Amino acid sequence: MNTILIPALLIGGLAAVFGIILAYASKKFFVEVDPKIDEIVSILPSANCGGCAFPGCAGYADAIVQNGAAVNLCAPGGEEVAKKIAAIMGVSLTPKERDIAVIHCQSGGYNNTAFKFEYKGINSCRSAATIAGGPNQCIWGCVFQYDCVKACQFDALHITEDGMKVVNEDNCTGCGACVKACPRSLIELVPISKRVHILCSSRDKGPIAKKSCGNNTACIACGLCVKNCPTQAITIVNNLAIIDYSKCINCGICASVCPTKAIEDRMLPRKEAFIHEDQCIGCTICAKKCPVQAISGELKHPHKVDPKLCVGCEVCVKACPKNAIEMVEKGSTVALAKEN
Amino acid sequence: MEYIAKILIMAVSSIFINNFVLSRFLGLCPYLGVSKKLDSAFGMGMAVIFVMAIASAFTWLINAYLLIPTGLEYLQTIAFILTIAALVQFVEMFIQKSAPALYKSLGVYLPLITTNCAVLGVAVININDHLNFLDSILNGFFGGVGFTLVLLMMAGIRERLEKAEVPKSMQGMPIALIIAGCMALAFLGFAGLKLG
Repeated sequence: MNTILIPALLIGGLAAVFGIILAYASKKFFVEVDPKIDEIVSILPSANCGGCAFPGCAGYADAIVQNGAAVNLCAPGGEEVAKKIAAIMGVSLTPKERDIAVIHCQSGGYNNTAFKFEYKGINSCRSAATIAGGPNQCIWGCVFQYDCVKACQFDALHITEDGMKVVNEDNCTGCGACVKACPRSLIELVPISKRVHILCSSRDKGPIAKKSCGNNTACIACGLCVKNCPTQAITIVNNLAIIDYSKCINCGICASVCPTKAIEDRMLPRKEAFIHEDQCIGCTICAKKCPVQAISGELKHPHKVDPKLCVGCEVCVKACPKNAIEMVEKGSTVALAKEN
Repeated sequence: MEYIAKILIMAVSSIFINNFVLSRFLGLCPYLGVSKKLDSAFGMGMAVIFVMAIASAFTWLINAYLLIPTGLEYLQTIAFILTIAALVQFVEMFIQKSAPALYKSLGVYLPLITTNCAVLGVAVININDHLNFLDSILNGFFGGVGFTLVLLMMAGIRERLEKAEVPKSMQGMPIALIIAGCMALAFLGFAGLKLG
């Protein structure tokens, strides 16, 4: 009997003693953790992408509660998560527009890259770009070893048949992982509502830039876009045109005047504005906002859009307080006007 | 002087010759699991050194003052598991309260090693080799150092491996296991060392 009883008592006693000690210790050494931190952690997407610049989701939650970090820094979670965190923290939320990644280079595929030599090395952009200025002739362009695609956790970057990289705007959360991964800094985060982008990063002088671009779509710093921009949003710095997105109104004029097609207009095909006269109260806001003076009309009288001048930027649609302006197919305004 | 020499011999033998991971094959789970990044490998290593040293001390006491007097040495394994698990839990709570900075660097790894077989292994080996109390602690400490060394080496290799072009079927765990095998072969070279 004792051969069973003694071991059972010993182990049981040991376990009981440890149990009591631990139970006591958990009370004695209890560290109060703010329950808000746990709540926020459960809301965050747990991708630990680091887009908020804190070490992981738990680190961000900690920073929100302890150091009062902003509640809308989680790019993958977007507005929804920011709203929930704001509710927990009891702060009001200023909505932040979603950013997406834009690759400022149209070269970098199997068929549209001018090569200096064939690169056969470690499968990484960082490595390819450091060897003899990179394998392609343009020392600013994409070396397509796809570090950006590998860095993307949200399946937002895809490789086409030509070896080009495409950003899937629905999947892109604007976390910035690809921005950090690109050794040539070709990728930038841009608010999703901005639809006109300069897709070149070459700081070479015009002729060299054009020659070394395998796609012939280099920015040659001719300055046409700068001259034609109605809001002075474009400047040329180091032989490269750069859009100041805080001023850009999506008019797309720069894209239509660019001789090398270095500027992409993602609003194509553009429509034109049409003012429904029965709804227009003649407030003149649209005429004032129109970047190309395509809208005319007197105060308190219905306004009209000149279809020849309209560039389809949709600025007037957003400006109209009565929602009297509609975007219609090009050339259909004349017919609509007759109906009225 | 003689004692210092003894300690040195013990250090070399438990770090290199009888390395816990590569010649005793204990603690393989964290060795393969936590060796992807050098930072976390270092944190894990420090936690293992710490736990192995105090676990050696406590299990030796349990063995000498509880199991041997009652003649229940055959309960070693279960008693040690119980002791180590409770000890690690207690230490985790204690550190969280008294040294938050230390808890931040070690904390995440502590629960992971509660049932690590390297920790249980060192306790059993101490008893089997009839080491005294102080030697047991030293053995645990140096065993942990050996574990950390190998873990850091592995993490270093695997960080470089990230950049290498590995055939698709070999990517990830297969290549890691092959590297572990090569390292074990290399450590076999220490087996010929004769000390003391």
